Amino acid sequence: MSVSELSQPYVALVGSPNSGKTSLFNALTGGRQRVGNYPGVTVERKEGSIERPGGHRLKILDLPGTYTLDANTLDEAVTRDVLLTRKIEGAPPDLLVAVADATNLERSLSLVLELKELGFPMVLVLNMMDLARSRGLAIDLETLSRELGMPVFPVVAVKKEGLDPLLEEMLRRVGEKPRPLTQTFPEHTWTLPRHSPEEVRARYREIDRILNRANAGHLKPARWTDRIDRAVLHPLWGSLLLVAILTFVFQSIFNWASYPMDLIERGIGLLSEGLRALLPQGWLQNLLIDGVLAGVGSVVVFLPQILMIFFFILLLEDSGYMARAAFLMDRQMGRVGLHGRAFIPLLSSFACAIPGIMAARTIENPRDRLTTILISPLMACSARLPVYTLLISAFIPNRVVWGPFRLQGLVMLGLYALGLVTGLIVAWIFKKAVFRGPTPTFLLELPTYKWPSLRNVLIGMWERARLFLRRAGTVILAVSVAIWFLSSYPKPPADADSSRPAITYSLAGRIGHAIEPVIRPIGFDWSIGIGLLTGMAAREVIVGTLATVYSVEDGGAAVGEDALGRILQRRWSLATGLSLLVYFVFAMQCFSTLAVVRRETNSWKWPAVLFLYLTGLAYLASFLTYRITLYLGA
Amino acid sequence: MTGRETLPDQPLPLGQMSKGQGGYICRIEGPEATVRRLLEMGMVEEAYVEIVHEAPFGGDPVAVRVRGGLLALRRQEASCVTVRKA
Repeated sequence: MSVSELSQPYVALVGSPNSGKTSLFNALTGGRQRVGNYPGVTVERKEGSIERPGGHRLKILDLPGTYTLDANTLDEAVTRDVLLTRKIEGAPPDLLVAVADATNLERSLSLVLELKELGFPMVLVLNMMDLARSRGLAIDLETLSRELGMPVFPVVAVKKEGLDPLLEEMLRRVGEKPRPLTQTFPEHTWTLPRHSPEEVRARYREIDRILNRANAGHLKPARWTDRIDRAVLHPLWGSLLLVAILTFVFQSIFNWASYPMDLIERGIGLLSEGLRALLPQGWLQNLLIDGVLAGVGSVVVFLPQILMIFFFILLLEDSGYMARAAFLMDRQMGRVGLHGRAFIPLLSSFACAIPGIMAARTIENPRDRLTTILISPLMACSARLPVYTLLISAFIPNRVVWGPFRLQGLVMLGLYALGLVTGLIVAWIFKKAVFRGPTPTFLLELPTYKWPSLRNVLIGMWERARLFLRRAGTVILAVSVAIWFLSSYPKPPADADSSRPAITYSLAGRIGHAIEPVIRPIGFDWSIGIGLLTGMAAREVIVGTLATVYSVEDGGAAVGEDALGRILQRRWSLATGLSLLVYFVFAMQCFSTLAVVRRETNSWKWPAVLFLYLTGLAYLASFLTYRITLYLGA
Repeated sequence: MTGRETLPDQPLPLGQMSKGQGGYICRIEGPEATVRRLLEMGMVEEAYVEIVHEAPFGGDPVAVRVRGGLLALRRQEASCVTVRKA
């Protein structure tokens, strides 16, 4: 950032997590926003702009939601540091827009009074005024404004009501020209926590006084929220409803996402055919088709699933249900030392660990968040499904066990359960042994229910899609090209045995052979060794690799998955098949996941820990599986 | 709700009360971090609190109505809050 950018005037939105701050930000900026991360932390940084009449733009920053400046969470600390230091944005904001939930003024004003102490130019937005009025809020806004010493704007952000006066005020108060940094506020010196409990108490007494003066009166209870909660938080019906919602979400992710996923796969297929026709045969054609398209394609194919997960997460979050789900699940998650909120990331991880790890951001406590991230890859993601399907059909007889239950289905279920149970045990161990410390407080606001705003949900999905595609276009692209290179070069010598697949001459083939002594004890041969390497692009890539290795070996015939299953059955022992199955339950076979963990934890340490502990676990489990199966004489 | 009849005569930790019970907060004490968080969420002396929901499987955590809002917390933290009859 250059110095002139540093002093670019900007407005900062500050408010508590359920104040509708993001709705206001979306309403003010429309699509003109940029989402990134604050340097060094994984807190989302949202910047947007408003068109000025003269063609200039006014920068708006949506600061992470916070209840107080005496920060308890990472998000809250960022908000505090932007306001109080120059280390994040370079300069403090020119205008603070405090966003308060008009239906919960008492608590919202606590933050407003805290912000007022800082002495910034400031305005107060009372959001959700329609709901507050319908519940009988009859507040005298002039008195409130006078008592607080700042202009007050009643708005309904989701309906874009009352925005014009606010916009005018923002443009009037913030100049167009960048200021020299010397004119900005001095840095505050801040010892934490700044407010003693006594001061917080005094703040609430002041709020009571102000609201009394302004004749705020008491709001009628939120009748609909109370009614819905009687069912949603009911110990029996609430639990059943939660199970029903989760089942529905899962069914839809797997059923509906398969259509766009097929489309993407077909599109990639068409694209490779086109490239094959257009480009002369040679390394460039190979690089683009087998390296770039196949590699990036095998990851991008998960985009529909990831978008659908986020669609549901955002919908449930926006409506107010998510906090209830965390409330209902807290006891169960608490058994292994996790927070109620951890179950959403874990659930998402059953489709794909990437959205799961990203969703872990909602967990306040850093230790809990890290634990959740570290066990997410143990949930059986959908990239494992093709591998499980292939190996189960090859090695598990489909005999009836009891009634409608067949062995193949039960084994599949068992693999899912194995991942889940191991994840919970690992979480418990991590919490007991590694991340010891005081149990974090579980203190969660259960907001009133709202109709989710489709616009907010879509904007949220768009942000996730962009983050994911950007990664696919950078890290995954690089990894795919690297894997392609490893499995294509060097080419077989001219006098090579034509019955031997070309890949065995390549670096990947050599690596496969080289690591064979290491994987021999768990029953793997060099062909699986190659597959483990190529499978780092995405787990299911190993299926294609095995097909490549064995199809050429068996005379170059096109090999379907069934045929591949038969070949594996013939060439591998049952012990090897089971060992590989178990290996895929645990092993960290996904470079994308490691890249996401790196980004989310902002260090290479945690992806390294993740990779090592999961690979170790996989090796151990496969070793036991292999040896026991051999011992039993199978 | 039957809350009003079952108000305790003696001050009682909120964490030991069951659904429908409540009262006025008379003390908040415990680890300072917990106390500050409770205060920040509006659990301040003289405020009226009432347990309105209990989570399944053992009734922990609880959802508490305070200052018109709904707050979920575990019984352990709720025990930092002492409640008395009006």
